[in-house]
Amino acid sequence: MPYSQFVLVCAGTACDSCQSREIYSRLTAAVRSQGLEGRVQVVRTGCFGFCAQGPVVKVLPDETFYVQVRPEDAGEIVAEHLAKGRPVKRLLYGGAGRAAIADIPFYQKQFRIVLRNCGVIDPENIEEYIAREGYEALATVLTSMTPEDVIEQVRISGLRGRGGAGYPTWKKWTFTKNADSDVKYVICNADEGDPGAYMDRSTLEGDPHSVLEAMAIAGYAVGAHQGYIYIRAEYPLAIHRLEVALRQARELGLLGRDILGTGFDFDVELRLGAGAFVCGEETALIASIEGHRGMPVPRPPYPAVRGLWGRPTVINNVETLANIPVIILKGGAWFASIGTETSKGTKVFALTGKVNNSGLIEVPMGTTLREIIFDIGGGIKGGKRFKAAQTGGPSGGVIPESFLDTPIDYESLAKLGSIMGSGGLIVMDEDDCIVDVNKFYLEFTVDESCGKCAPCRIGGRTMFNLLTDITEGRGTVGHIEQIHTVAHAMQKASLCGLGQTAPNPVLSSLTYFGEEYRVHIKEKRCPSGRCRALVTYTILADKCIGCTLCARRCPVNCIRGERRQPHVIDLSRCIKCGECFKACKFGAVQRS
Amino acid sequence: MMGKLTLDELRALRERAQQTIARRQTAEGAAGEIIVGMGTCGIAAGAREALDALVETLNQHHRGDIVVRQTGCMGLCFSEPTVEVRVTGMPPTIYGRVTAEVARRIVEEHVIGGRLVDDHVYDRPATDLAPHLRAPGK
Repeated sequence: MPYSQFVLVCAGTACDSCQSREIYSRLTAAVRSQGLEGRVQVVRTGCFGFCAQGPVVKVLPDETFYVQVRPEDAGEIVAEHLAKGRPVKRLLYGGAGRAAIADIPFYQKQFRIVLRNCGVIDPENIEEYIAREGYEALATVLTSMTPEDVIEQVRISGLRGRGGAGYPTWKKWTFTKNADSDVKYVICNADEGDPGAYMDRSTLEGDPHSVLEAMAIAGYAVGAHQGYIYIRAEYPLAIHRLEVALRQARELGLLGRDILGTGFDFDVELRLGAGAFVCGEETALIASIEGHRGMPVPRPPYPAVRGLWGRPTVINNVETLANIPVIILKGGAWFASIGTETSKGTKVFALTGKVNNSGLIEVPMGTTLREIIFDIGGGIKGGKRFKAAQTGGPSGGVIPESFLDTPIDYESLAKLGSIMGSGGLIVMDEDDCIVDVNKFYLEFTVDESCGKCAPCRIGGRTMFNLLTDITEGRGTVGHIEQIHTVAHAMQKASLCGLGQTAPNPVLSSLTYFGEEYRVHIKEKRCPSGRCRALVTYTILADKCIGCTLCARRCPVNCIRGERRQPHVIDLSRCIKCGECFKACKFGAVQRS
Repeated sequence: MMGKLTLDELRALRERAQQTIARRQTAEGAAGEIIVGMGTCGIAAGAREALDALVETLNQHHRGDIVVRQTGCMGLCFSEPTVEVRVTGMPPTIYGRVTAEVARRIVEEHVIGGRLVDDHVYDRPATDLAPHLRAPGK
């Protein structure tokens, strides 16, 4: 006998800490005592992402959503709602008269424009894309809009480049449109490379046609007939799905000659990058497509005027393009109604790090970091304390707890010393060392510097060495001064964005976590215990009961001691892995 | 696949495709579909094993009326592999952390038994934009 009603109890970490387990067992007991066993099933679920209002309980198929439920409420939910069909009004979000989830404002903080089809359609079946209004925007553009109309809608929409810098898309398009040349190009920049970022990969894997359609629209707007997608070879699945999509679109005449019988020609080819971070910079990307080594050249001239093979070229990021079909279908004004004063629409983030619900999220501009991390992300793993959020990857910076309520847009993040970036969002907790994290980012930019210009090549290495000194106990006050000098030179004199922005993570962390640097330098101490050279583990003889657990956990067998006698760590052999510190149940292992 | 489309043919194709999807989800006979998130994240977490187990278990129970499809990343990366189940008589459900074993339970308990698989249900991350995609008045 199948069940006809389902009661879902959130068993996510946040709700679990508010007695959701107790609620589950009381609901189960109440269902049994009301004789509803064969009809109603009580189910534990993952996080609903509404932790601030937890514990939450949802009833299907009616989609009733109860918030701040207490164990005592279980009986009433079953007796009233499930047995008699009368929702318990006092437990509904916002009070009486609000039953369905769809009516609850802010229940779902996410709003999906870019990811509208991701996780919904089969990306290898063009018909499913078409069923969801796919290629309708291109058809509209080709049959009833002039190139000027298209650019006007993009202007009204307020769409800005989602690759990170936030340059207005309509301006790029206008420069290329007005540039005098018989051949022009459209390039999609899919050379995503920030550590921890995978927004573009997921978009291309889940909805490749949205980018192809947008490129054709851009081609029509600026007068180009050829497009290139520059994608890294490390994204084999995205490449495969793009190839399938290209073939299907050409077969249906949605790419190629005389699209939809309108006389407009446009086709797209893939160019695979070998995985150099610098090739995400537009002039290096163009050099790479042309078959040269991927190194930037000075701008101006900008690619919009003089780009691929010397021709005017529009370069847009994957996420920027994926917005275009929706802007055409719903109108620029609709798009502009979402977001903040200066930043319109939504932003996709790859939410990773020490957060419970890591994932790919899309939120309206102006959402706060707190909403993203604590409501959508379900808070910090293991109940630890939030320390900082890193946005913009190796070009961005850290945002401390005091600014968690800042509405996110291009300007507000820049004001905080970080950047929007392409959408990597890494959450750090109290166990992360800010100096160590920034050393990681610098190591990345040093490794990825193309070496063409000295400020980036030499400056990056110098800064990395300075940070290494600090993490290994050789830091002096002069180190910080020197970091500022080198950072200034890199920002002013580097050829491209990679070098210009490489000092950002260090500078922003010096602003907010200067004290932590000072402790590393003056006290030769790493508060989070990450910088191994600065950490010593010792066993407090008066607290050690000689249980031998630490000795058994030690991977290098450097802990000695008789059973029931205080143990001792042989510091000459200790590798400072911290296993003994984690293992001890009596607080006898001290980290200093 | 058909030849090159004209504008009218594109719109006719959309109507047909929409009907096919609607039929797959609701009508008698075609009892439903199971959609597996096959982005890189899903595959790395074992989505292929889940897909194989779904197909195999459906075959064992002779449930050829349930279509198994793939899609991209749903965004719930912390709970990959994710699977969406839409069958008649049951609310549309998203399952996370679907191992081969959970996949078998989804077929046997959810599709055949009409019960949800406890402790693997997740919520859809966002409301669907598509029904409202077209501009007002169009």
